[in-house]
Parts: sequence; structure tokens; C-alpha cells
Amino acid sequence: MKIHASTGSLADVREFVSVNARNHSFSEKQINDIRLAVDEACTNVIKHAYNYDEKGQLLIQLSFHPNSLTITITDQGRGFNFNSYKKPDLKERIKNKKRGGMGIYLIRNLMDEVSYYSDPGQNILTMKKWRKESA
Amino acid sequence: MKSFKIEQRTNRGFEVLDLHGELDAHTASELEEALLKLIKNKKANIIVNFNGLDYIASAGLGVFMAYIEDVREIGGDIKLTNMNNKVYNVFDLLGFPTLYDILEDENMAVQKFLKEQ
Repeated sequence: MKIHASTGSLADVREFVSVNARNHSFSEKQINDIRLAVDEACTNVIKHAYNYDEKGQLLIQLSFHPNSLTITITDQGRGFNFNSYKKPDLKERIKNKKRGGMGIYLIRNLMDEVSYYSDPGQNILTMKKWRKESA
Repeated sequence: MKSFKIEQRTNRGFEVLDLHGELDAHTASELEEALLKLIKNKKANIIVNFNGLDYIASAGLGVFMAYIEDVREIGGDIKLTNMNNKVYNVFDLLGFPTLYDILEDENMAVQKFLKEQ
């Protein structure tokens, strides 16, 4: 699906991902993880790549395989350093009344494989979830 | 689009915000406005009841991160109650349970506030 860079589209993206993952028999726990990871990823693009400019577009593609789901999110906005993430120091952030910076940590926790590719024309985030039942 | 709704009431004199629906980067500003209004009016003992909340993204948690210090500075606290497992898991993943009072039900939050007074 294609959306404009507006947080008003996030609910539609979540619905799109959930319905398709459910149709492909992913468990509810896995659907919850996938839905949140995709929401966080799109929020990051809207906020950081496009700076809330609704003219920007995001392409969200789902590719179902026998044992996994691969989600690709493509944008033409500003790239960001996706790979230099660390667990947010919550205590420090609260002290400084800071928010944010938690999305990438969540994505890496919720998905099994994550890669990010950025060149001057476009950024591509690829996330994979294996179809295994969590213990 | 699924909606998000906040209702405000009091329980034994403590402010309660009831959250309903889905809290994400789009709807977090509504929670922020409600919290800011309470803080501005020096209502510092706040219970946020998540019973009706189906979903939360980190933007929702960010609101609590941004204002908990302000509330504690005026002698109060924000206590979070009645989360479903799905919502609790997000708070847990980000380490909130060590820094916030997350309680099973609203009455426990009321009792805790009463004890702290």
C-alpha cells in the first residue's frame, strides 16, 4: 500500500498489515509485534525522513513466504542513521523530559531480521518475521 | 481509521483519565493536552486507566516520559492501571515498570495515593 506522510494514515497501515498477516495464519502475538514494528517504522519515516511533510510518500510492501513475512518500507525522504541505535536510557530521558528515540529499539526487538539501506534517492527498510510460534 | 478517546473523571478526589481505542503518533497529542491541562491546574495525583485501550505505540509512551517529572515536581505522580497484556508488553520492553507505578486496577492506584498522602 502507498500512503502520504501523515500520522493520520498509521491506523490504516496497521489494519492493512494485521488483516494480511491474519489471512496468512500468523499468530495474534506475532501480528501484534508486526503491527507495532510497522507503525514505529512508518512513524520514523513521517517524522524524520519527511519532517511531517504530507507530500512525501511511503510504500509498504508485504511479501509472504512459507516460513516468514518480509515487510519493505520505501521512502524518498532524508535518510537517517538507522544502524547506530542502542537501548534508550529511560531514566536519563525522563530526567531530561525527552521523548522518542524508542522506535528503532522496538523494531529491532519485535522483528527477527532488520536491515536499512539508504542512498541519495531512496531509503529502504526491510523487516522479517519468521512464522514460528513463540514459546 | 480507529479512534482514540479520553474521558476524565475523579475517583476519591484523584483525577482519572480513561483511555479508549488506539494511541499512536497521531492521537498522542490528545493525551498530551489532557495531561497538560491537569498539570496546569495543579492536579498532580493522576490515574491513567488503560482498560479501554487496545493499542499503544512508543509515541504514546513518550507522553508519559515527557510529563512524569513535571507531575512529580509538584508533589504528585501518574499511576498507570488496567493495561491489557499487549499494551503492558510495550511498557515492559522499554523498561517502564521500574520507573512508573503500573498497577493491575484503579482501586490499587487509589489506595496507593491515599497511603502516600
